[in-house]
Amino acid sequence: MTHVSETNVERTVDTAAMQVSTTDVAIEVIGMHKWYSDFHVLRDINLKVMRGERIVIAGPSGSGKSTLIRCINRLEEHQEGQIVVNGTELTADLKRIDEVRREVGMVFQHFNLFPHLTILQNLTLAPIWVRGIPKAEAEATAMHYLERVKIPEQAQKFPGQLSGGQQQRVAIARSLCMQPRIMLFDEPTSALDPEMVKEVLEVMISLAEDGMTMICVTHEMGFARQVANRVIFMDQGQIIEQNDPENFFSNPQHERTKLFLSQILH
Amino acid sequence: MTMDIGYVRTDFVPAKPAPGRTGGPILWAQKNLFSTPTNALFTVFGILFLLWAVPPLYNFIIGHAVMPGGTVEECRAEGAGACWAYIYARFNFFIYGFYPIEEYWRPNIVFVMLAALIIPLLMPTAPFKRTNALLFFVVFPVVSFYLLSGGVFGMRYVPTEQWGGLMVTLIISLVGIICSIPLGILLALGRQSKLPIIKTLCVLFIELWRAVPLITVLFMASIMLPLFMPAGTTVDKLLRALVGVTLFSSAYLAETVRGGLQALPRGQFEAGASLGLGYWKRTYFIILPQALKHVIPGIVNNFIALFKDTSLVSIVGIFDLLNTVQSASSDIEWASPTQAVTGYVFAASMFWMFCFAMSRYSLWMEHRLDTGHKR
Repeated sequence: MTHVSETNVERTVDTAAMQVSTTDVAIEVIGMHKWYSDFHVLRDINLKVMRGERIVIAGPSGSGKSTLIRCINRLEEHQEGQIVVNGTELTADLKRIDEVRREVGMVFQHFNLFPHLTILQNLTLAPIWVRGIPKAEAEATAMHYLERVKIPEQAQKFPGQLSGGQQQRVAIARSLCMQPRIMLFDEPTSALDPEMVKEVLEVMISLAEDGMTMICVTHEMGFARQVANRVIFMDQGQIIEQNDPENFFSNPQHERTKLFLSQILH
Repeated sequence: MTMDIGYVRTDFVPAKPAPGRTGGPILWAQKNLFSTPTNALFTVFGILFLLWAVPPLYNFIIGHAVMPGGTVEECRAEGAGACWAYIYARFNFFIYGFYPIEEYWRPNIVFVMLAALIIPLLMPTAPFKRTNALLFFVVFPVVSFYLLSGGVFGMRYVPTEQWGGLMVTLIISLVGIICSIPLGILLALGRQSKLPIIKTLCVLFIELWRAVPLITVLFMASIMLPLFMPAGTTVDKLLRALVGVTLFSSAYLAETVRGGLQALPRGQFEAGASLGLGYWKRTYFIILPQALKHVIPGIVNNFIALFKDTSLVSIVGIFDLLNTVQSASSDIEWASPTQAVTGYVFAASMFWMFCFAMSRYSLWMEHRLDTGHKR
């Protein structure tokens, strides 16, 4: 077995609680294609994610990983095929898009917190103005999630005053405040200092233990091995290989996958 | 201390206060005024220039000036400075124009209301912001209009032809500033729209107004427009100027705001969208507060330009501050060598006062809104 060089999370992950539904489909992508003007960036993507599943998408840069998950909440538009999220098909219909986005949280590589608002305001903005939750209740929920990501004392600060790891934890809490059914992570630890990767991964693991449906684009192979129940490998806009983590890492099939793993695992 | 290979630090160096400033005024002068031969030369020239320019200026404005209460004969005397007595005597004309003297209380109430509402509105810590804004943006314009023009509640009707002076300058610039903000923001958003018709209309509007001089706009509004209108219908001259100035200013403001919109990273739009916030909520809560903050200097630049450009309305026969000063300078009663110059110095200092206040306020606001996310 290869040795994984990336951050290993020390505690054992409680996999027993992580139930995956066999009947409830969270996301279904069928024959999806996407172009950036003439560039065919995603080709014939087929993907079915069950409720409670935790999927890690790996692949070289430019392989279309981020674009794929950005299509799932329509930050990017696809041109062919179907994407169905929580039973709603994504089309140009703005109402449907907002409906899907309300239920799908997203965490970005560069956090994208709102710099002009305090941490608490960052967390309560969407619950108040999208869900119509009263301010006091939204703040209580926000404090609950800030405690969960272990930084309740930062509530009154501005994002610029926090470290990268803290900002990313706030970003996760901000998404959770909308109580989404699916979470998308777009390289959540890639912009962090090495010392801060672990604190963010810890939060993601505890989310997984609660049974959240998650799709993570990440280079943290230690995380993939411990938490994912499926690893997807992409290259040139296509899904090249997918398998459970055990077989994916120890017995990769495709030549490209083998090459990729040999580059990042030593 | 040398560090051997295998060095291990045993104690951390505690933080020390930074070395303080040393030396008195002589050292300061050496460092800042005479640090190099070139700097020394510039310092010497600077001092010579001040010696040459300041005393005559002082003599004109204060030393040899005729203060309020003085007579026209003193102003006509050889070597007399500024004729402030003349400004004092015609002060009401410069503030109210041809507004009837016995009705001065009406603009006075408007001035007081303006000050009472705008000062707390500009102070972020003042309470009752919502009521304050409602009073200023909705109630105040209506009340002011009826107070100034009259014709209701037994108040004598005063046509806008009789309005003038600083009053008109303030009316035009305030209306121009306040109406062009929302219009400019909408135009900027429209120009960035994905909807082709809205985008085209906004681009056309902005480019049309930006490409035409304000003088042309005012001429068109006051001379050409009536030719196209059906006979018998008239639109007030001041109103036409107001509309012209507002539309002109909004086109400039739109481009300033667009600069702020473009400076925002895409991630801000995306983070808002991914939380399910629709276009208008996203724009209102996330995009505009940041975009507008970035372009405060540009916006205030537009406002200062607008304030000064109001003096152009004189060419269509509106008596703004500058026009009243100009027309009073041919007043025979106060004819003296320095009459015209004194008038212009007065007008200039009035304009400077308002523009400088705007500039300082915007600087202060910039600092206040800085939430320290520059990195």
